[in-house]
Amino acid sequence: MNFSVLSSQFWSLCLQGVALGFIYVLISLGYTMVYGVLRLINFANSEVVMMGTFATVVAEVAILKNVSTSDPLHGFRLVYTLVFALVFSSLICGLLGVLVELVAYRRLRALGTNRLASLISAIAVSIVLSEAARIYTHSAPVTAPRLLEKWSFGEIGGANFRVDTVMIILAGSIIFFALDRFVNRSRLGKAIRAVSMSEENSKLMGINLNRVISLTFFIGGLTTGAAAFFYTTVYETTQFNVGFNLGLAAFTAAVLGGIGNLRGAFYGGIFLGVLEQFASAILGSQWKSVTVFLVLVLVLLIKPSGIFGEAVQQTRT
Amino acid sequence: MLNIRDKGAAIWENWNRTKRVTFVLIVITIVAFLPYAGTFPATSFLNTPITSYQAVLVYPIAMFVLMALGLNIVVGKSGLLDLGYVAFFAIGAYTMGILGTMTGLNTWEILPIGIALAMLAGLILGLPALRLRGDYLAIVTLGFGEIVRIIALNLTQTGGPNGVVGIPNPPPIFGEKFGLDDHAGYFWVIFVMILLVIWMVRRFTIRRPGRAWEAIRQDEDVAALMGVNLLVYKLWSFSIGAAIGGAAGVIYASKVMFIAPDMFTFNVSVLILACVVFGGMGNMWGVILGACILAYLPERIRFISNSRQLVFGLVLLVIMNIRPDGLLPRKKREKIKQKEAK
Repeated sequence: MNFSVLSSQFWSLCLQGVALGFIYVLISLGYTMVYGVLRLINFANSEVVMMGTFATVVAEVAILKNVSTSDPLHGFRLVYTLVFALVFSSLICGLLGVLVELVAYRRLRALGTNRLASLISAIAVSIVLSEAARIYTHSAPVTAPRLLEKWSFGEIGGANFRVDTVMIILAGSIIFFALDRFVNRSRLGKAIRAVSMSEENSKLMGINLNRVISLTFFIGGLTTGAAAFFYTTVYETTQFNVGFNLGLAAFTAAVLGGIGNLRGAFYGGIFLGVLEQFASAILGSQWKSVTVFLVLVLVLLIKPSGIFGEAVQQTRT
Repeated sequence: MLNIRDKGAAIWENWNRTKRVTFVLIVITIVAFLPYAGTFPATSFLNTPITSYQAVLVYPIAMFVLMALGLNIVVGKSGLLDLGYVAFFAIGAYTMGILGTMTGLNTWEILPIGIALAMLAGLILGLPALRLRGDYLAIVTLGFGEIVRIIALNLTQTGGPNGVVGIPNPPPIFGEKFGLDDHAGYFWVIFVMILLVIWMVRRFTIRRPGRAWEAIRQDEDVAALMGVNLLVYKLWSFSIGAAIGGAAGVIYASKVMFIAPDMFTFNVSVLILACVVFGGMGNMWGVILGACILAYLPERIRFISNSRQLVFGLVLLVIMNIRPDGLLPRKKREKIKQKEAK
């Protein structure tokens, strides 16, 4: 127990927590969008994150292959590389999401089987993805090239506004609010919301169900890929098993905020990120996931539908 | 599609008592001689390339069958999605590890303690968690599985990441010794436990708890309206499942003599759940078949050693797409009713 950090590092922990939270938010969108539409846990999303981190590394290496030094980049070249890696990782993850839906969910959905069957097929897909990555990388961690010199904008109240922290928070909010607007304002977003309310009725209204579901997986994959890019940029290393913990935390965040609810995922993710930072500062980082789960159980006991409620009233098995 | 389960059930119903008893005795005898199947030329195709066949028969096959039967009570019979089943296995194993090395108690004396502790853990987790529905229960149990592993990893009493070393083997019973390499003995012990569990589940299924679980699985609200005490029967199902997991853990720790936290990861829970769903949720024989196949297959295909998990994932994916209700699904009658309800 080390409560002194509460006074000395309070704002610093908050800032880092929010930055970590944004990574969780973007991943948990991959869970919450799919859950909202299909009422199924998208189990393979954690491995989609993992694939995204590798896609980021591949993109960065592809751009930098003629650069002999590993010095950080500057100016236009830096922005161009970062944006390219972000877009590449997002697209790969988006397409991977569509593929996951195609092989793990579509046929089972057409047969109208129980929910657990698609859970197992999604687990099978995640085994395939993580094993493929493990064999390809020989279980070794892969280091990403250092693109970003981590200079600081300055400190406010002890919180160090490093460039990557600021980038995650700014870009994360832009992506989230763009998605929020897309789902709530656009025609396709309306279709997604309609399917999440009732599959049968939206079919009657002329919505192409399969296309909307594919689109949902694609969008979930896009944000997940963005999160994978931010993760790689901050930690600069990745391994075949990074997906599990990230996915677990993001799914917890989605449940905390009320799964199926976009804004719930936002608040849930930020809350979880901050909580994790404080828990690891006070209790030691080995206990952070225990704290997170205890909080989750408490929240669910007091308010079973999550802090911000579900999009559709009741979750049925 | 051919439904072996219904055919089998029909044949079984038409048999009289003597035929049934003979059949069961023959099956038990065949299974009891399985440890020696690897030595006969006719059945030597069963041999596994790397680990010895007898060792594979104990862990993973028999152990997975036992645990899958336990999880089947929770997931298959009462429809509660438990993603943290490994926690109970770990609690059993650590009970054996700590008590076995600290005190002079032997495995058979620790077995009831391990079962009791696992049941207690099931109750402690179940009391808050079983009020939740569906996917929330899944995530809370998943978290519980991780918490148990993290606690084992960080406490000094459990040996931290090094685990517990030098756990004693069980003392001999009826002259049958239990050394590290006496796999047949362990197989028979677990086989007896499996038979007990099968007998217990069959008794439960036709009596009040079984009917209550069935009602809960089909529709919680209707079950509650019909006067089924939801929390009590869910707790029963949960803690019986936990007890079986705990028993498996005690035997496992006592066999391998060494346990560490990274033996009890989420992957184990997923594998056991895969056995249940793959074989046919709610149908014991399907679950046993599923567990046998999923435990045996990765060992048999080890010649492609590095990518066997990959092949395993692909096989699982293909089979779930072909037979989503599992290899031997539960009774057809019920499924027709489900389709009508939709």
